[in-house]
Amino acid sequence: MMENNWYIELAWIVAKILAVIVPLLIAVAYLTLAERRVIGFMQLRKGPNVVGPFGLFQPFADALKLMAKETILPAGADKTVFMIAPMLTFVLALVAWAVIPFDAGMVLADINVGVLYLFAISSLGVYGVIMAGWASNSKYAFLGALRSAAQMVSYEVSMGLVIINVLVCVGSLNLSAIVEAQRDMWFAVPLFPMFAVFFISTLAETNRAPFDLPEGESELVAGYFVEYSSMSFALFFLGEYANMILMSAITTLLFLGGWLPPFDFAPFNLIPGPIWFILKICLLLFVFLWVRATTPRYRYDQLMRLGWKVFLPFSLIYVVLTAGYLVATDSLPGLIG
Amino acid sequence: MISSFFFYLFAAVTCLSGLMVVTSRNPVHSVLFLILAFFNAAGLFILLQAEFLAMLLVVVYVGAVAVLFLFVVMMLDINFVELREGFQKYRTLGIVIGIILLAELFTTFFQLAGDSGALPETTGVHNTAQLGRVLYTEYVYLFQLAGLILLVAMIGAIALTLRSRPGVKRQSISDQNSRRREDTVRLAKVRSGEGAEAKEGSH
Repeated sequence: MMENNWYIELAWIVAKILAVIVPLLIAVAYLTLAERRVIGFMQLRKGPNVVGPFGLFQPFADALKLMAKETILPAGADKTVFMIAPMLTFVLALVAWAVIPFDAGMVLADINVGVLYLFAISSLGVYGVIMAGWASNSKYAFLGALRSAAQMVSYEVSMGLVIINVLVCVGSLNLSAIVEAQRDMWFAVPLFPMFAVFFISTLAETNRAPFDLPEGESELVAGYFVEYSSMSFALFFLGEYANMILMSAITTLLFLGGWLPPFDFAPFNLIPGPIWFILKICLLLFVFLWVRATTPRYRYDQLMRLGWKVFLPFSLIYVVLTAGYLVATDSLPGLIG
Repeated sequence: MISSFFFYLFAAVTCLSGLMVVTSRNPVHSVLFLILAFFNAAGLFILLQAEFLAMLLVVVYVGAVAVLFLFVVMMLDINFVELREGFQKYRTLGIVIGIILLAELFTTFFQLAGDSGALPETTGVHNTAQLGRVLYTEYVYLFQLAGLILLVAMIGAIALTLRSRPGVKRQSISDQNSRRREDTVRLAKVRSGEGAEAKEGSH
């Protein structure tokens, strides 16, 4: 019986994976369009509106153009590492979605250490950048990679402490349990400062404005992917935008109650959970774009100061305060599982 | 069946990449293979159902330590010929250390294989929770001691590298924030042929 069914099971798993990845890739395509349109409107211009109705086919036109271009391998490059780097970036941006719950029970792998898995995968993202920068054998790419690596490692530290704040309130590393613990109140309310720190850290972690120094075009041309063209460039781009969506999803799960409606009465609880989840992600993504349109780029020393001397001590003190409050009011959660 | 397939996959890739760490010509490739080895070791931990340790291995070693390691190796100006000579020179020592480590591994292995009750019974509690309970109750002093040692190492590293050279322009954030417009900007009407300084005080 088991022997007969294993390929059906395998096909079912592959179907589930595709059901996550295909909408994700479409979302990435439309995020690039949304970015250009939103920033266009914020700067009182129209943005791309020619290809298709309201410019809706623009992402596909861009993709076709990129695929038609030649993939250039620089002569001095380390060819293997050069080709692996964009693939790694893209794959890492996708595999993290395995543990993201879209609704109660609607998750590919409901593992006990979901938060740690996400943290581990996002800490690997730095390798795509470093490998690209080193293998390109170019000054600009290398400097961009060094900046990016230092930045991502620095902000991961404070992100880890912020996550500990949430974990202390939940008592589990399981993402579904974290969302269920927010049924009475989203963690964004009692832990609002941590929510702000986490969101700003995700900006730095995804190399987005105002922390987009790794690709600061005024000084580094384009940073670590300056030597890439065609599909290898497109993979970096897809990876970066998929990471933005992923980070918004993580922020939603940790602080904005995941798939839970904001108020538990009609009409709010009539809308299905995945819709709420997607709406919250879209809200955060809009803030990502909004920040890019309105803030100037940070200077590098100020970026490091913000990470190490402001966020790190602040989130560390907040862990002590949160834990102290929970112990004092005797509301420390027991270990779930 | 699937888990044994993955065991052999992870184990083979770990061993192969371990070998490549030592033999590959380019030190950056060595470090990248080391990272691959770490990653596959994490996969082996997951097969042992020690998922917390696996994630910790990836977060700490792959995500942080190896990044810094890679950083340093990339920045070094390496002479490849010298590197090969070093490999020949330390080969005997390396083989001896390898044999000792392998012997230790085998003795532990045979001890464990003889004693079937060596692995503790799983009580239905996840190993994250189990580790936390043991670490923060029975071994709390040792745990704190380890933290203290790391703190001392950190302070030592900072003390060794921190130096204040004269003549370096460094921004003091509190000074910067306490600057007011009146302190720095002055409106002056400049007539042609005369500098702004000549008209100081008159607006």
